[in-house]
Amino acid sequence: MSGALGDLDELELDALTELVNIGVSKAALSLREMVKEQVILSVPELRLLSRNEAIGILSGQEGGRLVAVHQVFEGDINGRVLLIFPETKSLELVRAVTGGELPLEDIIELEQEALAETGNIILNGCLATIANQLQRTLKMSLPEILRGEGPEFFELEPPPESGHVVMFLYINFAMQKRDIKGYIVMLMDLPSLAALKGLLADYIHRTTGEPTLGHDAAS
Amino acid sequence: MTYQILIVDDSKLARMAVIKALNALHPDWTRVEATNAEEALALAKQSPPDIALVDFNMPGRDGLALAGDFRALNPDMPVAVISANLQQEVVAQASEAGASFLPKPLTQDALEGFLASAVERLKAAGK
Repeated sequence: MSGALGDLDELELDALTELVNIGVSKAALSLREMVKEQVILSVPELRLLSRNEAIGILSGQEGGRLVAVHQVFEGDINGRVLLIFPETKSLELVRAVTGGELPLEDIIELEQEALAETGNIILNGCLATIANQLQRTLKMSLPEILRGEGPEFFELEPPPESGHVVMFLYINFAMQKRDIKGYIVMLMDLPSLAALKGLLADYIHRTTGEPTLGHDAAS
Repeated sequence: MTYQILIVDDSKLARMAVIKALNALHPDWTRVEATNAEEALALAKQSPPDIALVDFNMPGRDGLALAGDFRALNPDMPVAVISANLQQEVVAQASEAGASFLPKPLTQDALEGFLASAVERLKAAGK
């Protein structure tokens, strides 16, 4: 499916991965200020997938249940972004963010708020960096916590008008001696993917001085 | 005086961005590219570079580990670790590895400053 959706070429995917990594590095700096300790965040891999492929990966997770921080973005590119962790890891994440010294009942009480805040920092870090580097503005909604087994995250209202593209990113997160692997999922419709492709071509042209194939990069 | 500079980054775009800046600053220098630490070390042993620019965040061994390897290989070689990760721990670790730290996205001005001090250092070492 990624071949059929292969509307982003190798260099455009490389540019997007680079932008996302710059974004999560900035998010790591914000989280570091919060936890007063080094935070490691990286996105080693980015893939364009079909909905079913993405659901298949998420469904293969340990324990099955997932928790997601969900935000909607609007601008030249419209869509949704979700930061997804196995539910078994969400309390670990909250422990890491809150310093790991709180009793369990406090951690459970804080879970929703801490997840929303952490997700907001990471997702905003990614999308704001992408938007800034692409010289565009994106408006982000407030974070919302969702729970489920995967498929529900791809059926949120309102449905896209012209088909979904799923951008699937693996994210490694380590702090307070805890390693947490999760995913960032960006859902865009096809016109947004086309707009993103054009903006990436312009960005590559500005960054490297070389036009990309198939684009009038100066446009 | 021309120098050989080794650019190590798993992102082709990031390497292209460095080369664009080098074309403006030192078009006569020789550039060698590597996509990971292992490839970079093999190249450095085969044809020792004068200067290295190393991405921090790479699959496999990261840029800090590679900077340490370069230091063991040639303590006089100026090395810069490039990263958007501006956490003080990362900047301090780069310094401990004997490397400069350059923020990503890399600007021509930042690269120019690092290369000027690198050239001074190489000249002082008689290179």
